[in-house]
Amino acid sequence: MKHVLGAVCGASCLLLAVPATAETTLTIATVNNGDMIRMQGLTGEFTKKNPDITVKWVTLEENVLRQRVTTDIATKGGQFDVLTIGTYEVPIWAKKGWLVPLANLGADYDVADLLPKIKDAVSADGKLYAAPFYGESSMVMYRTDLFEKAGLKMPEKPSWDFVIDAAKKLTDKSAGTYGICLRGKAGWGENMAFLSAMANSYGARWFDEKWQPQFNTPEWKTTLTTYVNLMKEAGPPGASSNGFNENLALFNAGKCAMWIDATVAASFVTNPKESKVADKVGFALAPNTGLGKNANWLWAWNLAIPAGSKKTEAAEKFIAWATSKDYTKLVASKEGWANVPPGTRTSLYQNDEYLKVAPFAKLTLASIDAADPNKPTVKPVPYVGVQYAAIPEFQGIGTQVGQQFSAALAGSMTVDAALTAAQSATEREMKRAGYIK
Amino acid sequence: MARMATTRRVMISTAAAWLFGFLIFFPILWMGLASFKTELEAFAIPPSFLFFHWTTENYATVQERSDYLHHAMNSIIIAGGSTLIALLIAIPAAWSMAFSPTKRTKDILLWMLSTKMMPPVGVLVPIYLIYKSLGLLDSRIGLVFILCLGNLPIVIWMLFTYFKEIPRDILEAARMDGATIGRELVYVLTPMAIPGLASTLLLNLILAWNEAFWTLNLSTSSAAPLTTFIASYSSPEGLFWAKLSAASTLAIAPILVLGWFSQKQLVRGLTFGAVK
Repeated sequence: MKHVLGAVCGASCLLLAVPATAETTLTIATVNNGDMIRMQGLTGEFTKKNPDITVKWVTLEENVLRQRVTTDIATKGGQFDVLTIGTYEVPIWAKKGWLVPLANLGADYDVADLLPKIKDAVSADGKLYAAPFYGESSMVMYRTDLFEKAGLKMPEKPSWDFVIDAAKKLTDKSAGTYGICLRGKAGWGENMAFLSAMANSYGARWFDEKWQPQFNTPEWKTTLTTYVNLMKEAGPPGASSNGFNENLALFNAGKCAMWIDATVAASFVTNPKESKVADKVGFALAPNTGLGKNANWLWAWNLAIPAGSKKTEAAEKFIAWATSKDYTKLVASKEGWANVPPGTRTSLYQNDEYLKVAPFAKLTLASIDAADPNKPTVKPVPYVGVQYAAIPEFQGIGTQVGQQFSAALAGSMTVDAALTAAQSATEREMKRAGYIK
Repeated sequence: MARMATTRRVMISTAAAWLFGFLIFFPILWMGLASFKTELEAFAIPPSFLFFHWTTENYATVQERSDYLHHAMNSIIIAGGSTLIALLIAIPAAWSMAFSPTKRTKDILLWMLSTKMMPPVGVLVPIYLIYKSLGLLDSRIGLVFILCLGNLPIVIWMLFTYFKEIPRDILEAARMDGATIGRELVYVLTPMAIPGLASTLLLNLILAWNEAFWTLNLSTSSAAPLTTFIASYSSPEGLFWAKLSAASTLAIAPILVLGWFSQKQLVRGLTFGAVK
């Protein structure tokens, strides 16, 4: 018996032996989006230039990555050297001292070329805490063939009234065509990203200047009523479980006449390998109600260095490489201009070769310019962020409110009940966090 | 007449069993089929069942992008190691509780089960800090240890139930013949409990193989098993259903094959002592 036990333990120890680590190995955490996968594929070009650095990738789904990275950074675990984080995290984490300011990106990095709105979103106290990898806003994508058939013409800056009217006219439920596809899946980054941006265009806001939640205002009631009614009449069935990917699948399969979502989707819906309607898509700015704000958001995925990393120098070298103008040229030479990461640099939107292959480029830039994280809505607000409020409590609150609104869309709750529940949940959390008494 | 009725009943119940089996297997079948479609066909509405352009390009892409063998090896070591250690601890524990119970045995068993009542995320931060201090983050040994601890209550409970079914008279007879505790355990108890042991081992192996919370949170790259391999194909912005299906098919293939070959043992073990 002793021999058996000994042998088993010995075998287990051999199996469990941990391999030794290399000298300067960068561990990079990222999300599984097309542009990031492309960057992963081009890592060889970086290591060729920097033979003393090796790169390990950790690719995870967005929510898993957020939890994983937050745990590590809050406990100073030091498991990652470069993180992919959103514009929501950058100001919060910079304030907590969790990120290393990027001061040595090199002389030829050209910080001034970064789009001003995006640069503001990743800076705090005048310092750059993350480098934008790709940026996005949201816009209307629509089917030119269906519009033509119905005798409709999409204006460049459509109003909500036009969009609602067109959506109803273009809906043909018997043929499986729906006038409009919008996000309905609960989550602060899912339905609330869209609804917060829509609410801004109706003059609503998350909090007043004293951090008092505003879901009991008529602006929010109009927003939610309009959204629920529109989706009931012209939306696809089961919309309350649709997020970006579900709507992308519906649009690409030719089921939606309009879709309002991230500008980054433009390259997917116009790609014949992915979309059945690739040559029949037009673009327009997100709708407005004439109050001076469009229903579009602002987001960027950025590369940052956590304070726990011991390989700051190598990490900064990588970030400078991956977010540089040269990287854009590298992607263009390998995979074509249509596949370069969009929405971060002014020079890209002055490049004729890019403009030639990206019919959506002009509108992407116009959408990014139209969003202002410092003045997201009509009335003044105490927070920064268009489709979110950059405070740590927002993730939890946003998801709770998202669940109420998703229930209203599914019909298991009335609009009034959803707004009341959202108001009391937000008030409770804000009191607990000490923003209000 | 009676025979006709019986035949009909058998036919109906057979058909019902096949239908039920098909329904349960359908998601796996659909995943397997989607892995051979192009991304465009993977989300086609209406979906095509068998008549589509079959392609293996997703498997090629997955293999090119990620090191499947590295992840698979980690999964085998982590699931196998944690199961083995859990069994080594659980066999004597369950044996003593089944054959020499004390006043507190029931309380201990319940206490063990109570550790499974809290969601693991509740102890994520303390565990993460301990692992950081011990240098166990992203190590196979760290994952083996946490999965072993996580599954230990279930393993002890299962073995305890199996051991309780073994008549004490047989053990007493062995003792009369002069068997020591060790010999009793190896030559009498173990052979009788083999179906139970086998099903416990298999179930624990499957649980450890599929465990995603700890493996995702405590590993980065060196110790990352197949759960992180799958997670790396799930995307919030972009349709990679066919590639995700290919990655998932590859990830479940080893455990599916193992389950297929050992289903007899598994069923026998799970129904052990069910009919008196």
